[in-house]
Amino acid sequence: MTSETPQLSVHNLACARGERLLFKGMNFGVGAGELLLVQGGNGQGKTSLLRLLTGLARPEEGEIRWRGENIRKNREEFHAEMIYLGHANGVKDDLNPVENLRFAEGLQGRAFEQERAVGILKQLGLSLCLDLPCRVLSFGQRRRVALSAMLLADAKLWILDEPLTGLDVHAVALMEGLIRDHLAAGGLVVATTHQALNLEGVKVQRLLVGNVAIPEMA
Amino acid sequence: MGRFLLAVLRRDLTLAARRRGDWLIAQFFFVMTASLFPLGVGPEPEMLARIGPGVLWVAATLASLLSLSRLFADDHHDGSLEHMVLSPEPTVLLVLGKSLAHWLIYGIPLLLIAPVLGIQFNLPWDAILTLEISLLLGTPILSLLGAVGAALTLGLRGGGVLLTLLILPLYVPALIFGAGAVDGVMAGTGAQAHLSLLGAFMVLSLMIAPWIAAAALRVSLE
Repeated sequence: MTSETPQLSVHNLACARGERLLFKGMNFGVGAGELLLVQGGNGQGKTSLLRLLTGLARPEEGEIRWRGENIRKNREEFHAEMIYLGHANGVKDDLNPVENLRFAEGLQGRAFEQERAVGILKQLGLSLCLDLPCRVLSFGQRRRVALSAMLLADAKLWILDEPLTGLDVHAVALMEGLIRDHLAAGGLVVATTHQALNLEGVKVQRLLVGNVAIPEMA
Repeated sequence: MGRFLLAVLRRDLTLAARRRGDWLIAQFFFVMTASLFPLGVGPEPEMLARIGPGVLWVAATLASLLSLSRLFADDHHDGSLEHMVLSPEPTVLLVLGKSLAHWLIYGIPLLLIAPVLGIQFNLPWDAILTLEISLLLGTPILSLLGAVGAALTLGLRGGGVLLTLLILPLYVPALIFGAGAVDGVMAGTGAQAHLSLLGAFMVLSLMIAPWIAAAALRVSLE
């Protein structure tokens, strides 16, 4: 699918949930600077595919390769370069946004850069919430904290499951800009979304999961 | 590696400090269960000293079970467990860190309260000292084996009850040797054999339990 060698590639992948086969024989590759939009109706296996790509779930058959090697074999290297944002934010309600980022970084085995973290939180419009526990933040604000943690991680591959859920129009625009910057810097993004994304000038691949066709998005 | 372990520890300790209510419940549970026995079986000092070690050990295992169901569940619920498992650091270290944090948060306070309850049960001082040593060796076992159960029952409905049924049988050796050590001191046969076995069991749990719990965690998250 891509001209250069894809950094993330999927070979003959099959996924089953319980008895039900969601998809099989899936092949694709994502190269540097590319966005893969995973599309499909509800319950068709988008989230299952993303969880396979992160290594959280095991494929029924086939394999996923990162830089040409199976992600089960070079798990540590892969996870050091990958960040996943799922349906749940991974934000602790009892901690404030800065503490959340501090522990998120520590749990990735990295040193915490406070100034950079605060800068990212401010960039995402959280400057007034820095010392509030996340419990009192709104759903969208907590999502922004999760996005800040993702930016701080500085990963090469972003795997985003419905990243725009709960975000207002400003945040969606900001997110589009962030994705564009990330791709321009040679990053990779795999995302599912039901919302239209304005991504002019970005190399986008679309992948339809399941057999329910949905109308083309902008 | 060390930084990761430290981060897990600091995180769990900070979270526990923010939710002191949860923390106090387990300690109160320990005190209440142990205190119900003198009320139930009557106040004869000989009888209390006879049952004291066993009662305190049973109360300690039950109190640790109370907090174990949430060892991974809270983090699972808000998604941070996935982030931790997706860390480049090994999951075994994560489990070890969380078990250690659980022991510091819930095990150490039991050690501090136990002597007071020992007095309530009319235990002699050397028996209280042995009780402390046995709890010091035994409570890490409760946290380590408990982590296996908590990982296995993660995300299941009614997981708390299942956890209890799954883990209580595994606690039996700790209970027997722990309470047996104190009984031994009071009967004059010495506690060393029991304490050695308890220590061996602790080392065994330390070496094996985190691996099993890490594997169980990966299965539960799938």
